[in-house]
Amino acid sequence: MSKKLLMKGNEALAEASIRAGLKGYYGYPITPQSELLEYLGQHLPSRGGAFVQAESEVAAINMVYGASGAGVRTMTSTSGPGYSLMQEGISYIACAELPCLLVNVMRGGPGLGTIQPSQGDYFQAVKGGGHGDYKCIVLAPNSVQEMADFTYLGFDLADTYRIPVVILTDGALGQMMETVVFPDYDIEANKTDHSSWATTGRKNMRKKHVVTSLYLKAEEMENMNLILQKKYREIEKNEVRFESIFTEDADIIIVAFGMSARVSFKAVELARKKGIKAGLFRPKTLFPFPINELQHLSNQADKMLVVEMNAGQMVEDVRLAVNGNISVEFYGRMGGVIPSPNEILNNIINLSELKE
Amino acid sequence: MSELISEGVQCKLLNSMDKVWDRPDSLIDVPLHYCPGCGHSVVHRVLMEVLEELELIENTIGIAPVGCSVLAYFYLDIDMQEAAHGRATAVATGIKRVMPNKTIFTYQGDGDLAAIGTAETIHTINRGENIVMIFINNGIYGMTGGQMAPTTLPGVRTSTSVDGRDVESQGHPLKIADMISILPGAYYVTRQAVTTAKAVRKLKKALKKAFIYQMNGEGGTSFIEVVSNCPSGWKMTPLESNEWLENDIFDFYELGDIKVPKKGIK
Amino acid sequence: MTEEILIAGFGGQGVLSMGMTLAYAGMIENKHVVWMPSYGPEMRGGTANCTVVISDKKVSSPIISNFDSLIILNQPSMEKFESYAKPEGKIIYESNNIIHPPTRKDVDVYNIPALSESVKLKNKKIMNMIILGSYLATNSIIKIKSILEALKKVLPERHHHMIPLNKLALIHGGELIL
Repeated sequence: MSKKLLMKGNEALAEASIRAGLKGYYGYPITPQSELLEYLGQHLPSRGGAFVQAESEVAAINMVYGASGAGVRTMTSTSGPGYSLMQEGISYIACAELPCLLVNVMRGGPGLGTIQPSQGDYFQAVKGGGHGDYKCIVLAPNSVQEMADFTYLGFDLADTYRIPVVILTDGALGQMMETVVFPDYDIEANKTDHSSWATTGRKNMRKKHVVTSLYLKAEEMENMNLILQKKYREIEKNEVRFESIFTEDADIIIVAFGMSARVSFKAVELARKKGIKAGLFRPKTLFPFPINELQHLSNQADKMLVVEMNAGQMVEDVRLAVNGNISVEFYGRMGGVIPSPNEILNNIINLSELKE
Repeated sequence: MSELISEGVQCKLLNSMDKVWDRPDSLIDVPLHYCPGCGHSVVHRVLMEVLEELELIENTIGIAPVGCSVLAYFYLDIDMQEAAHGRATAVATGIKRVMPNKTIFTYQGDGDLAAIGTAETIHTINRGENIVMIFINNGIYGMTGGQMAPTTLPGVRTSTSVDGRDVESQGHPLKIADMISILPGAYYVTRQAVTTAKAVRKLKKALKKAFIYQMNGEGGTSFIEVVSNCPSGWKMTPLESNEWLENDIFDFYELGDIKVPKKGIK
Repeated sequence: MTEEILIAGFGGQGVLSMGMTLAYAGMIENKHVVWMPSYGPEMRGGTANCTVVISDKKVSSPIISNFDSLIILNQPSMEKFESYAKPEGKIIYESNNIIHPPTRKDVDVYNIPALSESVKLKNKKIMNMIILGSYLATNSIIKIKSILEALKKVLPERHHHMIPLNKLALIHGGELIL
C-alpha cells in the first residue's frame, strides 16, 4: 500500500487512472473537471500514456472510440454540457462493445447552467442518454478515496464486459480534498486480452478485425441488440454494489448516492441523536441498480426518502424497485445547490411525525 | 504471351486471352455496392494496390466514414474502424496516438469531411497527426439521395437546391484542400482524379508518396483529395459525369499538388 | 471529537490555503479530514470560503449547516456566516477588516487584529497564519508542529524559506488570544 495523501477528488481520479494503466486520454476543458485534464496533461505523457487536448468533446469521445478500438485503456472526462455532446459517440461505443472509462463531474443544469455541483445527469448517464437501447455501467463514488477506487474498478469492469463505464460524480467531490491511499495494483495482472477483436493491424495475415456499430439488416441489428441485452442482464446479476448503514432497525430509510449520500449520512446521525430510527441506503452502482436490496428493505421499513441534487431522477428507480410496497418520498435541491444536513433532517422529522 | 526481341529491346506481345489485370488480393472479391461508374471503386483498388506494394497490409488500420463508403470495410481486407459521421480523423487520432508505429488512413466524403467534420478536419491537420487523409469530393450527398454538399458548385441543381445552388443564401463551395494547406501541420496536400487511366496512375503515385511520408514519420498530415463523380446523384451517365468533371468542375477544383514537402522522396 | 470549521474572506487573503494547511496538519496527525472550497466566480477576487472538518472518525458530510468555529476575514462574510456558528461555538474575526463585529451572545467571540500585527512583522501575507495561530490557541485540536510540517506540503518549494516567519506568525497569533 502506498502512503496516505491529501488530494482533490479530480486529482485522485486522474492519478488512479495512470496507476491503472491508462494509455490514452482525450479531453476538453470544462469546469468543474479541469483539474483532471490538467493533472493528466502534466503527468500522463511522462508515465507511458498519450494525452490529447481535443478540439471539442465531440472529437474527444471519438478519439476514445479509436483508442479503445485499438484495445488499450482509454478515458475522457467532462461535465454536463460536454457529456451531452458526447452522447452520439457513447452510443457508438456501446454498440461496438468498446471498453473505456467516461467521467462526468456533474454541474448544475439545464443549459449552460452553473459550475456548482449537481446530480442532474442521472437520467442521461443511467438510462442511456444517446440513441438506441444501450447501457453503461454507472459508478457513483462519494469520497475522494472512492474517486480513486472506482477508477480501477471502472477499467476492470469495462474490460471484463467490453462496455463503457461512467464515473458519475459532481463538482463538490471533484474539488474537495480528503485523504486517499492508492492500492497496490498490478497493471499486467489485470490486463485483459483484447487481441481477438482489437484493430491493431493484421499481423501474420490473421483475419481482419472490424470495429463497427452498423448493421444494415434489421435482423442483424436485432441480433446485436440481443447480445447487448444479454450482457446487461449478466451485469445486473453480478455487479450490483451498495452500502447500507443503520438500516437493520430503521423505520425511515434515506436513499441517496454520491455527495447527497454524504450529506444524508450526517442527517441520519442527527436523526438518531433525536431518537428517530433512520438509516441510509447508498447505491454505489446506479446501473446495475440494487433493485433486490431495496425491495428487501421495503418489507422492513415504513418509509423511504430519496435525496438528490436534482428534481427527482433516481427516485423513479427507487419507486420501481419498491413497487408500491411503501411510500417513497423525495427531497432535492437543483441548479447547483447542495441540500444541507438540517434540511434533510427536517424532512426526516416530518416523515417520522406523519407516521405517528 | 510470346516474346519478341529486336534491336536489343525486349518486349512482350499480348495474345488475345492473356491476363492483363488482376484485383489486389486485399480487395475482397465481392460485388461492390457502389453505383456503376462511381469513382469509389477505383480509389479502393488503387489504395489496396499501394498498401500491398508498400507491404503495409499487416500494419494498417483504416477508418471508414458515414456516407457511400460507410461499408468500405466490406471490401478492404485490413483492420478497420467505422467512425461516426464527421469524426473519422478524431478516431484516427485516438488510434495513432496509442499506436504511433501503425499505418493509419481515413477515407471520407465531402459531407463528412467538409461539413459535419470540418472542426475535426482542421484540428487533426493542425496537430499535424501523422496519418493519411483520403477525401472523396463528388460535390453531393450521394448516400442520402443527392442533396447539396458544402462542395457543390454554384448553380448546380440538387434535391436541396432545386433552382441551382444560390451562393447568396446557400454559401459558396468550400475548397477545403486549399484551406488546410496553409496549416503548418499539413505536410503534403494534393488534388487528384480518377476520370482517366492517366489520372488514376497519378493518384496512385500520390497515395504511395503519402503512405511513405507517414511510415518515414516525416512529420505532418498527408491530404489526398480525389475529385470524383456521382452519376446517380448527378443524374448522368458515367461518361457524361466524367465529361462534366473534365469540362467544368476541374476548372474550379484544379488538379495537382497544392503543397509538397520541401524534401521529396529520394 | 469532530471539529467543523468555516474560513471566509476575500480572495487573496489566504483563505483557501489556510484551510488546506489545517487539513494537511490533520492528516499528519492521522485524523480524518475534509477540505471543501467554495469555488467559481469567487476565485477571481470576490468572497472566498472553505470548510475544514477534522475528526477522529470518518467524516460524514462536508456540507455543514452549523460550524464549531468560524474564522472570518471580511465584513460580507461576517454578514453571511455569523448565524452559521453553533451555540457554544466560536467566531474568530480579523478586526481591521470588520467594522461591525458579531452580535451573537451565545458564542465565544475573538477579535484579532491580524492585519495590523502582520504589518508589524513586515509581511502582510502572513496575516492568515497569525489568525490561524489564534484559532489554534483556542483549542488543542492541531499542534503547531504539524502545521509547520503541513506548510512544507502546501507551500511551493521556492517559498520554503518563509516557514520560519510563518512559525513566528503562528506563535504570535496564539499570544494575541491570551
